[in-house]
Amino acid sequence: MIDSLLNDATIFILAIFIGFEIISKVPVILHTPLMSGTNAIHGIVLVGAMLVLGGAHGTLAHVVGFVAVFLGAVNVVGGFLVTDRMLLMFTKKGPKP
Amino acid sequence: MGLPALHPTVIRAAYLVASILFILGIRQLSSPRSARRGNLTAGAGMLLALIVTLLDRQILSYELIFAAVVLGSAVGAISARRVAMTDMPQMVALFNGSGGGAAALVSTLEFVHLSRVSPAVPLDSGISILLGALIGAISFTGSIIAWGKLQGVMFEGAVTYPGQKVVNSLLLLAIIALFVLVLTGTGGMPAFVAFLGCCALLGVLAVVPIGGGDMPVVISLLNSFTGLATAATGFALHNTVLIISGTLVGASGTLLTILMCKAMNRPITNVLFGAFGSGAAAGAAGGRAADLAGKSVREVSVEDTATLLAYAENVIVVPGYGLAVAQAQHTVRELADLLKARHVSVKYAIHPVAGRMPGHMNVLLAEANVPYEELFDLDQINSEFERADVALVVGANDVVNPAARTDTSSPIYGMPILDADKAKHIVILKRSMKPGFAGIENELFYDDKAMMLFGDAKDSLAKLVSAVKSM
Repeated sequence: MIDSLLNDATIFILAIFIGFEIISKVPVILHTPLMSGTNAIHGIVLVGAMLVLGGAHGTLAHVVGFVAVFLGAVNVVGGFLVTDRMLLMFTKKGPKP
Repeated sequence: MGLPALHPTVIRAAYLVASILFILGIRQLSSPRSARRGNLTAGAGMLLALIVTLLDRQILSYELIFAAVVLGSAVGAISARRVAMTDMPQMVALFNGSGGGAAALVSTLEFVHLSRVSPAVPLDSGISILLGALIGAISFTGSIIAWGKLQGVMFEGAVTYPGQKVVNSLLLLAIIALFVLVLTGTGGMPAFVAFLGCCALLGVLAVVPIGGGDMPVVISLLNSFTGLATAATGFALHNTVLIISGTLVGASGTLLTILMCKAMNRPITNVLFGAFGSGAAAGAAGGRAADLAGKSVREVSVEDTATLLAYAENVIVVPGYGLAVAQAQHTVRELADLLKARHVSVKYAIHPVAGRMPGHMNVLLAEANVPYEELFDLDQINSEFERADVALVVGANDVVNPAARTDTSSPIYGMPILDADKAKHIVILKRSMKPGFAGIENELFYDDKAMMLFGDAKDSLAKLVSAVKSM
């Protein structure tokens, strides 16, 4: 138990450092897409939702799992699409001719 | 339905690749040029993680998963396509809430699963599960309230009620007690459900008293919460990709929260518990505002403003949320194009809290085809106001109030502001003399160099456009 917890904690701590490092390089102008893009990334919780729904026993567990997968899918698909829509506005025009 | 099961090692390797793609994706967000590619990179990582998860042997039945994914994707896709850029903060709040809700439910099911094996859930999994449920539930209900405030359907402004602190403290105590009860294995499922309910209630009560102008902070903080909730479920499921991506999001949300608080020069505790913009805060500003009562503002006509702009060399536009409310982004760009054709240099000065979420104003202007090279943040532009002939303030108020520099009794004292008052002429487009969200009088309007152009921002800008055209 302690070993696997330490493993997870190591990954967690390192991810904090990487997170602050890369995110502090994002310019202010892109902060809204940054937020909605990272928002889509935390939709990765859909992985967890699929795992628990796939192994669920009983009706109630199935209902709860179904809602979890549904919410996760909304988060992932909506998040990436809306971020793409915003970023398209920033990339489609470079310096004016 | 039988899909071939993948070996757990292959799945873990794929999760590693997905995590790398997420990190690379965020890194590409460091420039507007590569940003779209960055989002696609992260999306590819997501797709990979989801596909290998489907091939995990833990998954016994697929029908419900596919049905839920199809339904959720449809809802997500339709909302993402339809949403107006002005409503982006609400949209992000809703997506954020979905993620938080999903994390809370995943934690719940994992708890059910573990307590089936033994009533005393192992300590490490137990703590992770409870944290995932706690943060996820707060994020879920908090985001929904934030959405309601931003959308203007419920709890607008800072809603306060007597006994607020007592209620919140009691709720916090109940949450701690239930946490212990569940963890020691004495409470079982009823205690867990009660715990979840209390956390959800806390999310509601925590966001309800926060005013609309503080939403950039709230949204950033909730974003970070959902990330951490995801990381907590990762601990519970011993799933590395959940831990890594959840933590990345947690870091991003935290960083943005800090930036937003700095931009308003208020500690996070003050934003969350201060109920800013309520009667007390506005009353405190009374002393200095009274000095302004005797002074009068100078009105200016559309024609004079047009002449001023057309014969200027440097113009800096200061857009505020009022610009977005009036839907005047396109008109302001039109005016800027006309001025540029007359060889006037036009730049935009964007305050970090100009919109309703971090960076919101940049997106609104980008949508109106303003090139991002013309958008400047506070640090980049403030030294240039001295050389500007005209500062055109459109729908902004508190972010240009010099009281933030000079008046120690002002609620916004110490907030970094745009130095519009240093420009040679200041033209302020404003509907009326009504103060901004903080309820504070703005001395800038009474400045000797300041001129007020009253009316709806879009209307006034459209008149300016035709006036400049006819010159």
